[in-house]
Amino acid sequence: MNTENPAAKNSLLTPFNVVIGIIFLLGALITFLRFTKGLAGVTNLSDNNPWGVWISFDLLCGVALAAGGYTTSAACYVFGLKRYHSAVRPAILTAFLGYALVVFALHYDVGRPWRLPYPFFVQSGTTSVLFEVGLCVFLYLVTLFVEWTPAALEWLGFKKYRNIIVRGTMALTIFGVVLSTMHQSSLGALYLIVPSKLHPLWYSSYIPIFFFISSIAAGLSMVIFEGTLSHHFLHHKMDRTYLSEHNDVVLGFSKGASLVLACYFLLKVVGVALDNKWHYLLTGYGAWFLVELLGFVALPCFLYAITVREKNLALAKWASVLTVLGIVLNRFNVSWFAFNWQLPPADRYFPSWMEIAISIYIVTIGVLLFRFISTKMPIFYEHPEYREHAPHEGEEEESAHFTEHKLHKHPQTFGH
Amino acid sequence: MLRRTFLGLLGAAGLGAALGKPAHAAGSQHFQGYPGSFGVLFDSTRCIGCRSCEAGCNRVNELPPPPEPFDDLSVLNTKRRTHWYTYTVVNRYDNIPGAAGPVYKKWQCNHCLEPACASSCFVRAFTKTPQGAVTWDGTVCVGCRYCMIACPFEIPTFEYGEPLTPRIMKCTLCYPLITSGKLTVPGCVGACPVEALVYGKRTDLIKIARERFHAFPGRYLNQIYGEHEMGGTNWLYISGVPFSALGMREDLGVIPAPELTSGALAAVPIVAAAWPVLLTGIYAINKRKDKIARQEEAQAVARAVAQAQAEAEAKLKKAMTKAEAEQKAAIEREIKRALEEAAKGQSQEGE
Amino acid sequence: MENHFYTLHDFLVYTKGAAYILMGVSVLGILGFWLYITGRDEEKDIQ
Repeated sequence: MNTENPAAKNSLLTPFNVVIGIIFLLGALITFLRFTKGLAGVTNLSDNNPWGVWISFDLLCGVALAAGGYTTSAACYVFGLKRYHSAVRPAILTAFLGYALVVFALHYDVGRPWRLPYPFFVQSGTTSVLFEVGLCVFLYLVTLFVEWTPAALEWLGFKKYRNIIVRGTMALTIFGVVLSTMHQSSLGALYLIVPSKLHPLWYSSYIPIFFFISSIAAGLSMVIFEGTLSHHFLHHKMDRTYLSEHNDVVLGFSKGASLVLACYFLLKVVGVALDNKWHYLLTGYGAWFLVELLGFVALPCFLYAITVREKNLALAKWASVLTVLGIVLNRFNVSWFAFNWQLPPADRYFPSWMEIAISIYIVTIGVLLFRFISTKMPIFYEHPEYREHAPHEGEEEESAHFTEHKLHKHPQTFGH
Repeated sequence: MLRRTFLGLLGAAGLGAALGKPAHAAGSQHFQGYPGSFGVLFDSTRCIGCRSCEAGCNRVNELPPPPEPFDDLSVLNTKRRTHWYTYTVVNRYDNIPGAAGPVYKKWQCNHCLEPACASSCFVRAFTKTPQGAVTWDGTVCVGCRYCMIACPFEIPTFEYGEPLTPRIMKCTLCYPLITSGKLTVPGCVGACPVEALVYGKRTDLIKIARERFHAFPGRYLNQIYGEHEMGGTNWLYISGVPFSALGMREDLGVIPAPELTSGALAAVPIVAAAWPVLLTGIYAINKRKDKIARQEEAQAVARAVAQAQAEAEAKLKKAMTKAEAEQKAAIEREIKRALEEAAKGQSQEGE
Repeated sequence: MENHFYTLHDFLVYTKGAAYILMGVSVLGILGFWLYITGRDEEKDIQ
């Protein structure tokens, strides 16, 4: 990547930017097709398979992986674990972007996106689990947005408004945890209505509990995972407070994730036992279920445990990747692989390349927005005027340089 | 993180476990459905697979002509399902043990007593009418297709090819046509040449079915499909061969769809009410713990300061008494010396 | 009471609707109630 020579003609055409450009071009094209040819012109959805990868990935995984927001802010503000304070803003930002993009993705999937507000403002289907999901996601998006605004207000210099909002942190956090509990579990509850279509090993009247508990593990792991990535690419934006607390965050969250995953594992086994589904374990789907349970729940559980015992932070990285993949796998299993399992193979669903392209496009938007916001606003560092920690040695001069940091080129920063 | 989070999770899990069973909020109430609602009885022993019902449905609902004409019976060689342009399909089932020839089944929306589509729709686009039909309201539908997920009979279809106004399409029991007086029976029922379809009150249809079982012993299975399935449907089926041989699921159970989710939904207000109080409590406990820790720290500091002060004072007092004693001794020494000098002076003067 | 509703669905539409409205009211109510109870606490913490 040649980034050091601004005079070069192709300084804008870095490989990274080219890839981004292609993704955006495809995104624009497919968007046009979606709204001129309908879902049939873009997706492989059918009457037997009305929900595809936009629901499995963009909605279910998007919401599960944005769980870092409520877990981190709860750990810090409700449970009083102040040493995680520096992890709150990145987690809230991740969650806010995650949920915003879920709503964005829904605009592609539903038949009449401009009617998305209808359940709240026109006619409410209160018997529907989807209503509850929608209401909670909507309210939570507003909550996350408000929780994110102090960073933006600090950047813009609106002290008074920033202070007003910060005073509501506790109420916002609690409201966020309540909403998250409800919609994380409700996304699982969506499938309660189809015992005849979801494979018995994944169908359980406990699906809501499974989804909620696994979302906690997902949230903790995403904070660790996102922290690892940000360390790599946005290191120059992090102040001493963040960096010194980082190891504590990784260790503490690893401990929590290990326990939560152990709990989740036990609950899943109990679910099999209570409905006497042991014999299904001997089938092909049973083997797949064991892969999910042993390779992506039990294994990261142990890896996290070793991380904590041996204080081996590098291992936490791998455990978090496995956990995140495990959550993705579980959501895919419930909504796609194990759904409609009784249909003949010819009638099963596989996404079109355009569906996948749109999902990639949406994730890309999220990554770019995250990078933009976290490099411009006090996400990984404390704004000097609102410092809650006494500055570390040498930090006073550092903070004065933060606005000059645009010129600082970390060897692995993306070029411009 | 350990203890507190774990306790918190335990509480949540316990709460969840307590609500794990579908304890739907209706309690011990039993719902019978609208009295006098209408339905259709399909008799597969009479059906000859002529597809006249499909043609009739297509005609009265002004649906577009399908790729193959309705008298083309070769379409029966493959199993079809409903599509946006066909509210109903007839399928042929061959080589069923115990059957003399092929058996035909007409399939369409079963107009359930407790429809899963209505329960799952988050804009209440579906209505179970007192007349029996389950209708769809296109003025509020968002096109989320959750109804298609929910329907255990795989009935609702979607106009995937429509970019901006895709509709859910399914059999309406000719509700708008019958209530407006244009028809007296649904289009399919009116078109059937062999009276395999009967339109009437659901209670009457069940009676008719039972009468046929009695009048023709050995011809029918003694079961009406739709009497209890998913809580009961308004479209009923009788057959001489097992329903599963006709592609009809016999593992759906009798629990109506709304009951499957009402338990989870009932937990929502409890979470909304209890969780904030619990969390605020945890926060308050932590705050109090911090406050006590701060107080104890302050007390310890004060004690240490006081102790240090006391020690210093004792030391000072000791030094002062010592100094006083020394001063006193010094004064006494001076006095003694003065007296000695005075005595010496006196003795010198006396010589 | 049962005579109002012929179907479980109708019953649930009515009761769940009431439940959601109650939840909305109670969120605001509990907040206000909590502020009222802690209104005269000796130590006034900002956070």
